[in-house]
Amino acid sequence: MKVTVDHERCCSSGQCALIAPEVFDQNEHDGAVVLLQPEPAPGLHAAVEDAADHCPCSAISLS
Amino acid sequence: MTTAAQTPTELRRLLPRDLVERGGCPFDPPAGLTARRGQAPVQPLRLANGAEAWLVTGLEEARAVLADTRFSSDRVRHPDAASGAEPRQVETRDDGMFVFMDPPEHTTLRKLLTGQFTVRRMRALEERVREIAVGHIEAMKAAGTEADLVPAYALPIPSLVICELLGVDYADRDRFQRNTAVALDSAASTDERARAGLELYTFMGELIAAKRAAPGDDLVSGLLDLPDNQLVDIALVLLGAGHETTANMLALGTFALLENPGELARLRAEPELLDTAIEELLRYLSIIQMGVSRVATEDLTIGDVTIPAGATVIIATPEANRDPAHWDQPDRLDVSRPRVSHLAFGHGVHQCLGQQLARVEMKVGLGELITRLPGLRLAVPADEVPLRAEMLVYGVHSLPVTWS
Repeated sequence: MKVTVDHERCCSSGQCALIAPEVFDQNEHDGAVVLLQPEPAPGLHAAVEDAADHCPCSAISLS
Repeated sequence: MTTAAQTPTELRRLLPRDLVERGGCPFDPPAGLTARRGQAPVQPLRLANGAEAWLVTGLEEARAVLADTRFSSDRVRHPDAASGAEPRQVETRDDGMFVFMDPPEHTTLRKLLTGQFTVRRMRALEERVREIAVGHIEAMKAAGTEADLVPAYALPIPSLVICELLGVDYADRDRFQRNTAVALDSAASTDERARAGLELYTFMGELIAAKRAAPGDDLVSGLLDLPDNQLVDIALVLLGAGHETTANMLALGTFALLENPGELARLRAEPELLDTAIEELLRYLSIIQMGVSRVATEDLTIGDVTIPAGATVIIATPEANRDPAHWDQPDRLDVSRPRVSHLAFGHGVHQCLGQQLARVEMKVGLGELITRLPGLRLAVPADEVPLRAEMLVYGVHSLPVTWS
């Protein structure tokens, strides 16, 4: 799994950092997404998919 | 005159009664919404002023509308069907009502705030929230074995927390709590709501003047670069949204758990379920009842329905959050239900700014309550609990409880 984030779309909801904190964080300045692991281990895939589904601005893409 | 800030309440006043009034189960959506289950997820709707609007009851359709900013939130340039006003050409919005703006104006103002409400920052408040919650439970116990949970617990916790964040003196709570309640009451007259709004503006204007004279280490002081008119709007949105919403989730959430004793017992036995229980209560209760609307800025298609330019679209959040296509037995409260994206905080660029704060307050507030008051029960029959059916934010006006 490869994760990409679109900083233009990100609206800093924090959903990803809440659901998959191993993979996503928020910057201190405006709360925008910080991608910690672009290729997360298989054990994290379900949480990453869940985070992508919860993102209100569709800023997370998985391939 | 109807201002942008008043339109959700105005719109609500024009809805057919069966979409507003609550029936048998106080936690279920109004009968007019549940009756539409299985029908088209996007339907035309006639408002009391004769205007046609569109009602969205399906979860996917609601998400599609809220994710698409061509469905406008800008109530100055794109007034909704409740106002009867024509679209207006406005060069720049100089107010601070970011909840009623579209990108890029919305983005600019919201970005000033999002850094203050991150998951990490809100978790750092957890111990302070716990201190406030435990202090109020101790005060309730010291005063006897009965209380109205709304003024004794549900309202003070989020009110104190948002006051501390914004730098508002909690001693002034009567001024903003009462006026916020009137401003969001669709049973109040337009004049009463306008007067309450004016008092709130005066209150916040005085507060900001004081901050300019002596800035503190708070959120409002951090925004003093903004002009007064914008800062007053922003601070009032945060103050109102910061206490009305969570207060109602805490009280109505407690009521729902007391009426579902099996679920309450599971939650007491397995406190690790609190996170999913909070998401489930948010979904199940959907307290932002019929307060979310958009205006189509061009002809737009949702599913197989074309919404004409200028039309008002009303999102039926309580029903969308019970969409049987997404939840098995949607009318059942299940504290262990796996987390599925719900609409309680909205969706798209306007999704609730304070949602991570709300989660912390609910987790601590409900968790401490059910742990420290093991014999908690209603002190009146359930059908005598006064419901906030006429309010923009659903909940209970009071919740008399007792404990052993």
